[in-house]
Amino acid sequence: MTTALLEMRQISVSFDGFMALRDLNLSLQPGELRAVIGPNGAGKTTFLDVITGKLRPTAGDVLFKGRSLLNKPEHRIARLGIGRKFQSPRVFENLTVEENLALAVSHPKRPWPLLSAGLSAVERDRIAHLMGIVSLQTRAHQVAGSLSHGQKQWLEIAMLVGQSPDLLLVDEPVAGLTDEETDLTADLLKSLVGDHTVLVIDHDMEFIRRLESQVSVLHQGHVLCEGSMDQIQCDPRVIEVYLGRNEEAA
Amino acid sequence: MLQAFQQHRWPLVIVWVLIIAAIVAAPAVLPVFGLKLLGRFLSLSIVALGIDLIWGFTGLLSLGQGIFFALGGYAVAMYLQLNSSSEQPNGIPEFFSLYGVDQLPGFWQPFYSPWFTLIAIWLIPALLAALLGNLVFRNRIKGVYFSILTQAALLVFFNFFNGQQKLINGTNGLKTGVTKLFGEEVGSDLMQRGFFWLTALIVILAWLAVRWVVRGRFGEVLIAIRDDEPRLRFAGYNPTLFKTIVFAMAGGLAGIGGALYTVQSGIVSPQYMTVPYSIDMVIWVAVGGRGTLIGAILGALVINLVKFQFQSLWPEGWLFVLGGLFILVVTVLPEGVIGWLQAGGPRNLLTRLGVPRRIGTYPRLEIDGKEEAKS
Repeated sequence: MTTALLEMRQISVSFDGFMALRDLNLSLQPGELRAVIGPNGAGKTTFLDVITGKLRPTAGDVLFKGRSLLNKPEHRIARLGIGRKFQSPRVFENLTVEENLALAVSHPKRPWPLLSAGLSAVERDRIAHLMGIVSLQTRAHQVAGSLSHGQKQWLEIAMLVGQSPDLLLVDEPVAGLTDEETDLTADLLKSLVGDHTVLVIDHDMEFIRRLESQVSVLHQGHVLCEGSMDQIQCDPRVIEVYLGRNEEAA
Repeated sequence: MLQAFQQHRWPLVIVWVLIIAAIVAAPAVLPVFGLKLLGRFLSLSIVALGIDLIWGFTGLLSLGQGIFFALGGYAVAMYLQLNSSSEQPNGIPEFFSLYGVDQLPGFWQPFYSPWFTLIAIWLIPALLAALLGNLVFRNRIKGVYFSILTQAALLVFFNFFNGQQKLINGTNGLKTGVTKLFGEEVGSDLMQRGFFWLTALIVILAWLAVRWVVRGRFGEVLIAIRDDEPRLRFAGYNPTLFKTIVFAMAGGLAGIGGALYTVQSGIVSPQYMTVPYSIDMVIWVAVGGRGTLIGAILGALVINLVKFQFQSLWPEGWLFVLGGLFILVVTVLPEGVIGWLQAGGPRNLLTRLGVPRRIGTYPRLEIDGKEEAKS
């Protein structure tokens, strides 16, 4: 067995006594695609906040490539190779599509090099390539604020890929997308697997099924069970969580 | 290529030629009083450029730029006072004797050096801004809380400078008019002409410098900070560092503006650090147009010229005009005058008034959707 890329050990997060996450254990192998599902309030977003450094866990440890991420600020964690896409698309509305991607792709992320250096030819190619993937070439010089919801979602996914992180954390990538866009997004995410490790959070079951990945079910801040989509859907605990207790069977 | 040059470059070249001609000719045309006035207002536009950098591009509304402005002014005034006090008792500036001080306070010593002073004018305000900014930014204090903290800092500095007669002549400030530089009185016509040219040159250099900063990829990061700072962190950038740097730049620019303002008005005093004055500075930029740079320069220049004219007519009325202007900009022209012009404001206004828009394509089809029948 290879060493895990990401390992969360006994993570607990408490908000004034309310346990948003409790004793959560989860590990991801390099190159894996993993889906995390769970009903509202299961702690899905909190869980991403802990990995990306936005939130410090009350107890437990997060290891990335064997190193602890605790006490590291967000931008350092991002530079280590963890990228995050937010639930509602968050792009820089007053920058053009190209500039948004340039921010993500740019290798120097420190002030001094950015003052003088332009984009390298390699970076330009990468930006053009990314715009091609998400079909935004024609909108390269349009400000991101004028894009449609779906285009913003895709721009943000492209920015995430442009950061070339080892681990991509994707929070509800298909919220508000058309069926066709949803299919394309699933294909895009699947194409990344292998080179990247991808963790997708969503509650669109059809979308998760299309990913054909391992699924972890989160419930009340705890991993309820893990397995393939078919296994998950037959698990009585999952059914209970999603649909309530089945009185007749009991 | 040539056509593009003719279409876009020539007006620009003409504007530059006119500006440079105006600067060169101004001392010959304007009376010294008017020249000093113009030079002072140009100094203020350097401060405004700094405010545009931090507020217009990065979204940091500082209500404490007066601190850095005054520090630049004090630095140059201390040097000038020392440079001209050899004939005074104890060889120190005259005002000290009023308070029975016969030894120069230690922090005055380095200001004997002209080189130290030239650096101190911008470096002390920049370092102070970096320190203050970093403390605030690293604790992720943002928005209106940042503004309040800068205003509180301004009050602290005002009260300190206002109360320290024995150190810095307190509320009276330091006069520079009769001090000497290169053996010539600072207030003399000759010197004032020189200061005017120097100020105009520095305005242009400061504009070019700030433009260079905001045009490149550094500037894109600044806009990203304004749009969504937390998101930028997850892209691997450290906004605290960027914000500290631009706040220091704005502080340095305010210091340079303050020094130039001081030598052309003949005095620096704690009045430069009052709360309303720093708010004025913000209004110049808001009216001129945030994020346009030219708007900041023109805003500072024009509002101050109007203020000067207006105050000679009706001194008490100015605050109403300024307040009204601010309300007007906030409600009707949120992009400021230059921002409004750049966004095609006059054209839109005409359209709204019923003047049809001229279009290059098939006439009127896009406007009312029906093709005109030819008669």
